Amino acid sequence: MANELMFEKPLLELQKKIQELRTFSQQSGLDFSEEIDKLEKKAELLASNIYEDLTPWQRTQLARHSERPTTLDYIAGICTHFVELHGDRNFGDDLAIVGGIGKIDGIPVTVIGHQKGHDTKENIARRFGMPQPEGYRKALRLMKQAEKFKRPVICFIDTPGAYPGIASEERGIGEAIARNLIEMAGLRTPIICVVTGEGGSGGALALGVGDRVYMLENSIYGVISPEGAAALLWKDSSLGQRAAETMKITAGHIHSFGVVDGVIPEPQGGAHKDTAETIAAVKETIVAALRELIEIPSDLLVEQRYNKYKQMGHYAEL
Amino acid sequence: MLKDIFHKKKRYAELTSKDVAERLGRRPKQEMITTEKAVQVPEGLMTKCKGCGESTFTKELEKNSKICPKCSYHYPITAAERIALTLDEGLFFEYDAGMTTVDPLGFPDYTSKIDREQKKSGLQEAVLTGEGTIGGYPVVLGVMDSSYFMGSMGSVVGEKITRAIEHAMAKKYPFVLFTASGGARMQEGIFSLMQMAKTSAALSKFSEAGGLYIAVNTYPTTGGVTASFAMLGDINIAEPGALIGFAGRRIIEQTIRQKLPDDFQTAEFLLKNGMLDLIVHRKEMKDTLANLLELHGGGVGGE
Repeated sequence: MANELMFEKPLLELQKKIQELRTFSQQSGLDFSEEIDKLEKKAELLASNIYEDLTPWQRTQLARHSERPTTLDYIAGICTHFVELHGDRNFGDDLAIVGGIGKIDGIPVTVIGHQKGHDTKENIARRFGMPQPEGYRKALRLMKQAEKFKRPVICFIDTPGAYPGIASEERGIGEAIARNLIEMAGLRTPIICVVTGEGGSGGALALGVGDRVYMLENSIYGVISPEGAAALLWKDSSLGQRAAETMKITAGHIHSFGVVDGVIPEPQGGAHKDTAETIAAVKETIVAALRELIEIPSDLLVEQRYNKYKQMGHYAEL
Repeated sequence: MLKDIFHKKKRYAELTSKDVAERLGRRPKQEMITTEKAVQVPEGLMTKCKGCGESTFTKELEKNSKICPKCSYHYPITAAERIALTLDEGLFFEYDAGMTTVDPLGFPDYTSKIDREQKKSGLQEAVLTGEGTIGGYPVVLGVMDSSYFMGSMGSVVGEKITRAIEHAMAKKYPFVLFTASGGARMQEGIFSLMQMAKTSAALSKFSEAGGLYIAVNTYPTTGGVTASFAMLGDINIAEPGALIGFAGRRIIEQTIRQKLPDDFQTAEFLLKNGMLDLIVHRKEMKDTLANLLELHGGGVGGE
């Protein structure tokens, strides 16, 4: 397996051994079922030991896993009638963000999300899911379109952050993110957001202001990447592991802070181990939220969204 | 006219700019320059300009609103100095002066760092908010101060700015905000990030109600502050030469392995690229703001 993670190595080796024993048993006609049973029990125990209590850094690795489902995978699994729409009408079409219209459970919705690639070639075309301003402006155009036609908006968040480059700054990446924040805050249609992988800083938040925000169990969400935090705090980006702990970026932490509304469970070993199961869990969460939110009048919806963000933060008053 | 009701009406106790400085517990002004990497002749008698390298008497520099008399380089100034330069008679009625920082993540050394930053700057936090008048027009004013913790935005900054916007909305005053910030405060993690959403949500409501918001970007305005309220003014102003950008210069250089243009992320670069309405010299700032307020009928929006 090309994409195995260091911490799962012992388990993967054991599973390989069981497979070899099975093959040998079939070829030789000898009965190893007792041994195989024993090894399988051992593998099960090992799996629960490894996966039950993942560290923040291990979850970070899962959140970035190249086989992890992407926005287009979720769209394919959740939506019917989907049509992808392109371009910001001002500058170009940024492939780091995808969006379009489809139906979820029979309800027409606008779906927008960061898009990473599954291989290097696609990742280069999609800038590893790091948008430039035109990506955020495309997203905003589709949100305003959704508002006009009274469609709820679903956002999938999975980005290391906005793309740091000359072009980004020239075309106003700060303004593009800021504009999405202010427009999403006042959008008169329901917004449901799901952090599916990496929730990297302002580049993630620019698709993340919603009535309901969820995180997948092994996704992360932070003000800066663990490596970036390590570089700034300890002048050493290789201390990302330590920063992942310190910055409290896991779904469990973020949910306990009240910043997201729920955590969507993943299959043992991460979302990519059973993509269909992951997508089904995400769909279930979205449909439940959708059914609830479409009943709320838009004035009240915007007011409730404001109150939700208003109470975020901790301070003391003398 | 509604505006005439507010005109010239003395609403607050008389305070000179010196009083404001003292009230805020500021130290003598020349010490501030040491935080600015300016090379100094002993005793702080002379200040060598970061812009042109020429030396100027520190006293002369201060009299000149901390603008280099030779090349017009704008030195960062403190929030108290900014208030004195901006509001009529320097009169400022402060909001939420007692709001202080807590440590929501249990972040190593954050509490002691806060103590040090407070002692160093004489400030409680990185923004002062309150109200006063500019050219007779009442405004809600926010001023960030980069001498405190790089002006970084944590929960207190976000909450104070949000409340200031709510006050402006309730009183139908315009909101003027001078930004100066290194970006989000990492020590408050996700809560810092959420201040971007919170302040933007408040601006959304304010804008919907017809309120006038003028953002004035000063050196430095970067990161999460640029990606939220700094860029959301109905009118975006900057001081000459101010550093304004989202991603840090070093990160961009590492990513693209390319040398960046000399004027990269300066106010002039942003103006050229269409991100600012105008660049205003510090000495003309107050008059420019007063004129813009006049043009908006005192900024009483909507009704």
